[in-house]
Amino acid sequence: MPETLLKINGLTKSFGARSGFFSANKQRNLALDRVSLAVAEGETFGLVGESGCGKSTLALTIMRLYEPDRGSIFFDGEDITHFDEKALKPVRKKMQMVFQDPFASLDSRLTVEQIISEPLEIHRIGTKAERTAEVVRLLERIGLSAEDKNLFPGEFSGGQQQRIGIARALALRPKLLICDEPVSALDVSVQAQILNLLRDVQDEFALSYLFISHNIAVTAFMSRRIGVMYLGRMVETGVSSEIVNAPLHPYTQILLAAIPEPDPANVSDDLAVKGDIEAISERPTGCVFRHRCPLAREICAAEEPQMREIEAHRQVACHFV
Amino acid sequence: MSKTLLEVSNLQTRFKFEKNFRPAVNGVSFSIEEGEVLGIVGESGSGKSVTALSIMRLIEPPGEISGGTVIFRDESSETDLLTLSDKKLEKILGSRISMIFQDPMTSLNPVLSVGYQIMEPFRIHQRLPKREAKEQGINLLQSVGIADARGRFNDYPHEFSGGMRQRVGAAMAIACRPKLLIADEPTTALDVTIQAQILSLLRKFKKEFGMSIIIITHDLGVVAQLADRVAVMYAGRIVENAGVREIFSNPQHPYTQALIASIPRLKEQPERLKTIEGAPPRFSGDETGCAFYPRCTVRQKICRNKRPELEEIRTKHSVACFVAQEGAVNNA
Repeated sequence: MPETLLKINGLTKSFGARSGFFSANKQRNLALDRVSLAVAEGETFGLVGESGCGKSTLALTIMRLYEPDRGSIFFDGEDITHFDEKALKPVRKKMQMVFQDPFASLDSRLTVEQIISEPLEIHRIGTKAERTAEVVRLLERIGLSAEDKNLFPGEFSGGQQQRIGIARALALRPKLLICDEPVSALDVSVQAQILNLLRDVQDEFALSYLFISHNIAVTAFMSRRIGVMYLGRMVETGVSSEIVNAPLHPYTQILLAAIPEPDPANVSDDLAVKGDIEAISERPTGCVFRHRCPLAREICAAEEPQMREIEAHRQVACHFV
Repeated sequence: MSKTLLEVSNLQTRFKFEKNFRPAVNGVSFSIEEGEVLGIVGESGSGKSVTALSIMRLIEPPGEISGGTVIFRDESSETDLLTLSDKKLEKILGSRISMIFQDPMTSLNPVLSVGYQIMEPFRIHQRLPKREAKEQGINLLQSVGIADARGRFNDYPHEFSGGMRQRVGAAMAIACRPKLLIADEPTTALDVTIQAQILSLLRKFKKEFGMSIIIITHDLGVVAQLADRVAVMYAGRIVENAGVREIFSNPQHPYTQALIASIPRLKEQPERLKTIEGAPPRFSGDETGCAFYPRCTVRQKICRNKRPELEEIRTKHSVACFVAQEGAVNNA
């Protein structure tokens, strides 16, 4: 049984809504509401959900780039929830991130070598020559060549830029890679290359992934287990194939039904979904999904459904499951 | 036999880049019939959006339309949109042909209320008095699924969510019941549940008003769900054009084949995804041979030096690939 690498318990994060100085109304927007999950060593946990569901906030809170309001983050045997910057430095070495927009996440004035070796310099690893050798090794591994090290990010295609972003994230030999929409900005023909690359390096570098995407098909391809989020709450977790083939939470069902299947023989127009996340100005009482849920009853407004274990490795937060 | 509504022939649009012109659309031809939904798919830089903007004559410097014709057949008249005077063009755009953009804020003015803007097509094209225009506007907003359309009539675009703004954009586009609606990545910026709602709305336009739709997208799922016919673009040219079922079940161009094979699918979880090596070319037009040559797995010597033209290999299925064309001849 592999060890748990990352364990989050009841993580909560809110952001203050801007209000006037004298305003008594201290409204807080809950971006994460008591989210729990665990990622084992070598495992990929996928997070899916639509905009505003809190999946990126969760990534940044785990990285401790946001301070959590409540809850705890255990990583590699330590409770890092309240670590200060100094204590976090060695932790960040083991926890790296790949971002959505590869160009925005690379400094356009630095050469590829400077970009990939920067984390090594910050952590004072190796001599200059050793670092250069490592940069070359990483570049070749991720599908670029040694000569590319002297070029600038702007000279590469989007897919190649994302490869450079992955090389930089791998430079410190992290244990956990958080990938936040890593292929969303890429063309379809390039997406598959990057997804394959991420899967290939996972074994070689003994990585665990927290893989975040709005695209369930992509997430299911990458992940052993999936968590579905809605308005800051985790509503369903389970093994990828089970979530995809037999979704239990009404939101998961709707999310899957809404995906336009690339198959003209299978055209569906029965919309089970109504409404719109952004249209809900106030956080609902009870179940977060009840305004859009086809099953919603009185109990959903009165009582918030908690995550319950329905079967082994399967949790759902719905009164009717 | 249905009527051809729009016929694009050898359309060429180029952009000035430093001192040279770079072709973005390099001899594109296709036609669309009344009530038909044509999907134009391609990756970034393939020229699909520029094709749409060229039809609408919305290309601005440093870009220019440098050749071709766009024949629009409306009732008994037949006009080339590319040579029409601005004044005559204005009469057609917005009333007979209209467009939905990727970002609905492109077509909405942030300082005018949604109601004011939804009344505009009625006031400009149909010259309705204000009160009537308002009633029509409210009806229209209701028909695209805006709840409490009357109450929200005086709200501003920023007070609407992204999905609702796209509905308003769609409502404005269909206000005058155009014959042709061009939708450029209309769901790309939207969440998947909202995307499903907008796709369903477009289907309704087709069914209820017999509208022809050109949908431009990078998403093969959207095309499969909505289009009757698909044109695949690569490096400024159409490389394959066929009925939607045909293109998914029997793709002929190696690029189309690879594109369809590389999409991760929900119900199939392979160990690895099929890929297309390399990246789409950033600039096109310089190549003497097939633009897909560097990435193609079935390339021949001839493909490097000679460019394959789009040819019909069977009824209503054309492809621009020597290998596919030869295969079709051998099979015949």
